Amino acid sequence: MEQLRYSRVPELRGWRDVPIAGIVPWPGSTAENRMHAWRTFRPVIDPEKCVRCRLCWVYCPDGAIVELDKPYTTRSGRTYKVTYEVNYDYCKGCGICANECPVKAIRMVPEVR
Amino acid sequence: MAARAEVVRERPPRGQERVSATGNYAAAYAARDADVDVVAVYPITPQVQIAEKLAEMIANGELDAEMIHVESEHSAMSAVIAAAATGARAFTATSSQGLELMHEMLWIAAGLRQPVVMAVATRALSAPINIWNDYTDVMSARDTGWIIIFSENVQEVYDNVVQAFRIAEHPDVLLPVMVALDGYILSHTVEPMYRIPQDEVLSYAPKRPRGYRPVLDPDRPVTMGVLAAPNWYYEIKRQQAEALRESKKVVREAGREFGKRFGRYYDLLEPFMLDDAEYVMVSMGATASLVKAAVKRLRREGVKVGAVKVRVYRPFPADELAEMLQHAKAVGVLDRAIAFGGPTEGPLFADVAVSLATRGVHVPMVSFVHGLGGRDIFVRDVVEMFRILADYARKGRSATTTIFFGVRE
Repeated sequence: MEQLRYSRVPELRGWRDVPIAGIVPWPGSTAENRMHAWRTFRPVIDPEKCVRCRLCWVYCPDGAIVELDKPYTTRSGRTYKVTYEVNYDYCKGCGICANECPVKAIRMVPEVR
Repeated sequence: MAARAEVVRERPPRGQERVSATGNYAAAYAARDADVDVVAVYPITPQVQIAEKLAEMIANGELDAEMIHVESEHSAMSAVIAAAATGARAFTATSSQGLELMHEMLWIAAGLRQPVVMAVATRALSAPINIWNDYTDVMSARDTGWIIIFSENVQEVYDNVVQAFRIAEHPDVLLPVMVALDGYILSHTVEPMYRIPQDEVLSYAPKRPRGYRPVLDPDRPVTMGVLAAPNWYYEIKRQQAEALRESKKVVREAGREFGKRFGRYYDLLEPFMLDDAEYVMVSMGATASLVKAAVKRLRREGVKVGAVKVRVYRPFPADELAEMLQHAKAVGVLDRAIAFGGPTEGPLFADVAVSLATRGVHVPMVSFVHGLGGRDIFVRDVVEMFRILADYARKGRSATTTIFFGVRE
């Protein structure tokens, strides 16, 4: 098993150093693969418009919507206990959240590099 | 002419039992003596006896193994890959259409680096349907990443399967091994052979401690069969190519060590009367013994001919072959298979031609195809091939097209 002990940092290695048959020697390694490069549009949540219904959190296929215990008061004076944000490491930009949002609080903004 | 009776008095190797066996039984005996853990075989002519014999040995308590009854060869190969992935010693066997049905899983066995061992009773491919011997089925699997070893007689079938376990499970190799035996010519022909005691087989091809290679284990989970995106796939395949190429060393070492222990030495290639040979015929499998008979006959007439048997077809021993053939005046290759639409129709010829050309051996070469679908090849046919070869040597050029021998015009 000695040959399998390599850094958990997913760096691209030369062919001599890749694990045999691409076998991944620890569980849950999918979390180490960041999907940000897949996106052409990024969802941006407007905390003003958002009514905290949690539908985006429910529908996101990658669990990339995070619910934060961060109070927020809107300009109209309404206070929410939580805030929704996007984990851009794992969001693939599929747009399901924007499609499902009942108050159109999520905009899909083109990724510009 | 007085008949020449050659009485060969063989001293039985110490401790080895002389038995009579078909090639199929020899393969089954070898799997049994290697104490396989899992067997999954789907029966197909002419390999059926391997499955039967193993099932019989398991039923009689001679072999403590799990026999998985599968519904197809695709499942048989899937089952032994999975068994090997858990660390078991797994064995299967097939032939012809069965090998074709396995084709997808052959790539996966090699790609997942699972040390599966398989005996293949070679047989022609349909259509038209034909159950007799030729090597087209194995040729169709040659690029799948398996180590492929051809057997010349029943003894070699046994010895090759025993060696296959040692080679496949070697930590520097971890690749599946296919042992080819000529359908009917070996699979159903009874010959005397020596069987090695099981404890000696297991000391030669030991079952290694669990964990020496990555295996599926609930206590130490790993992921096998990952998706490799374009940024990983190429590196993994490059590594696999290197493993197969480098396995040559282990195959050679296994053959030498086998000889040291059991008295029968094996190498990648087997030269025959090659020392001063001008015209050399390259062949594989049981066909090679026929070529040897033709060489002997021509030598008695004073013609300087020789032969090379390719025992290990993948990884192809290109350097070794080029070195062996560097002094030849002309090289013929006898293929018992057909590669449609190739630069020549002989698949082995293509390998030999590339090996020689890339290593600076430039001699006239002729591609012969014969014996498709069980068509008999006679010694006189091979003698005639040598005559054709000598013609090309005189002309100083290679044949640009394959010569289909023994076909009705």
